[in-house]
Amino acid sequence: MTAASGPAPATSSGAPDSVRRRLAAALHRRPRLRLGLLLAGPGGWLVLAYLGSLVILFLNAGWSRDPFTGLVKRDFTFNNFVELFTNPLYRTVTLRTVGMAVAVTVTCALLAFPIAYYMARQASPRVRGLLVVAILMPLWSSYLIKAYSWRQILSGDGVLNWALSPLGLHGPGLNEVGLWLVMTYLWLPYMILPVYAGLERIPSSLLEASADLGGRGLMTFRRVTLPLVFPALVAGSIFTFSLTLGDYIAPSLITTTQFIGNVILANFGVPNLPLAAALSIIPLVVVTIYLLVARRLGAFEAL
Amino acid sequence: MGGRAGRVLLRVATGITLAFMYIPLFLVVIYAFSDKGTSAWPPTSLSLKWVELAIANTGLRDAFLTSIVVALGATLIALVLGSLAALAVARHRFFGRELVSFVVIFPIALPGIVTGMALSTTFATTGLPLGVLAIVIGHATFCIVLVYNNVIARLRRTAASQEEASADLGADSWQTFRYITFPAIRSAMLAGALLAFALSFDEVIVTIFVAGGVKTLPIWIFQSFRLANQVALVNVAGMVAILLSVIPVYLATRLTRDAGAVGRT
Repeated sequence: MTAASGPAPATSSGAPDSVRRRLAAALHRRPRLRLGLLLAGPGGWLVLAYLGSLVILFLNAGWSRDPFTGLVKRDFTFNNFVELFTNPLYRTVTLRTVGMAVAVTVTCALLAFPIAYYMARQASPRVRGLLVVAILMPLWSSYLIKAYSWRQILSGDGVLNWALSPLGLHGPGLNEVGLWLVMTYLWLPYMILPVYAGLERIPSSLLEASADLGGRGLMTFRRVTLPLVFPALVAGSIFTFSLTLGDYIAPSLITTTQFIGNVILANFGVPNLPLAAALSIIPLVVVTIYLLVARRLGAFEAL
Repeated sequence: MGGRAGRVLLRVATGITLAFMYIPLFLVVIYAFSDKGTSAWPPTSLSLKWVELAIANTGLRDAFLTSIVVALGATLIALVLGSLAALAVARHRFFGRELVSFVVIFPIALPGIVTGMALSTTFATTGLPLGVLAIVIGHATFCIVLVYNNVIARLRRTAASQEEASADLGADSWQTFRYITFPAIRSAMLAGALLAFALSFDEVIVTIFVAGGVKTLPIWIFQSFRLANQVALVNVAGMVAILLSVIPVYLATRLTRDAGAVGRT
């Protein structure tokens, strides 16, 4: 970073340089070509590696596993999908998982609101900056370890029971209630940040106008703040909902109950890859519907 | 929310929420130094023996190095592809422009298990081998959005008129990029890269589906959960994992000072 750091362009007049200049000039004259070159890499990657693999996932979901040879037969049928709808086990597991996702989302929204409101409306700019960093840190630190830490906290001889025992109480333990608490913990920062951003975007003048017109604290909150922050709340819920729906590690660490992710993982690989593929269409469809609804509610502008 | 009582209440709620978010992280650190090596609380005394055992554990060390290699590979791909996509969307008008933003976000908005299953069925169907390369491809796919969001946020705040002025003064496309655009987006690219590294370093949901037999640090931790004698080592590994994701993220926030760009979308 010594000679090259100056702003003066190098003026060596070699042949490669003139080729480069001609290329650059050609690109300048053809914005479409330039755009094509810019998009070829990322577009090609996402279409091939991502959308392509979603198509292959869907194909696999229609295939079947020969029970005798153990090989996958590549004839597309809807048998696996029929199985998903008719087998009561999968219906129960799906409803349980969606129910958990809804419960976690609602709890996250309730918990996120006070701290987001404090950050956006009361904290000084300096404190606000510090709090944003303070929320980003847990969001980014190892998911696996956070879940594991909770397993230790909730276990019989863990911290929670130790702290609650003088009061004659005990924690929820390692079960569905514990999982609800853990998942709320895991995804809470994903809700706080968009809600904070949404609250911060509301101009103070609107709140003052409401107060001038006689709106008391709670009235202003219900009639002005809440409707304006709603898209941000939905934006945050995309994460809490989607992350809960696709998780199989926290459920297996905290409970012995089957959630949809656990059932997919149990069928993954040798047992029955086509069935696992069909099962993973469920979270795909549920989240896609959720995203479409969220889009209608204006959540994408609040992301 | 008016009133003194309301203000105090809000402050208390904020404090409790922060405590809720940080206590489990601090407990991991305490457990890493607890002499018991189980989840029993409270620890009777502190010791360095688990840290020493963790350093001596070759499986753990190999997993750590694999994670570093994977994260660097995924970050490099995401850095190039994310920056290119951001330049295309921010500086050009074209049909399907909104679609690009949507497709870039898609891999991270969908549950990880769907991405993991999609990639692993693709590898199984095409016969391509699972392993380090497969993990890098998987991670790069959902890390693109982190670079993309940081760079596009910066490009939107940088006036295109500077680039036009550069062209008017006779600079060709490459010179304009090198002396005008790149310096403007450099720190945003770095911030995006740091986040991509942090995300890749502790990703496990997708990784399990494409790893084959390869062990990254999170996979090593995941498999050690079941081994009672490695519980204490998990806490040490966890402490390292927390530090190695928190430090890049902290640096990224310093680089952007734009909180919105550090969120995961």
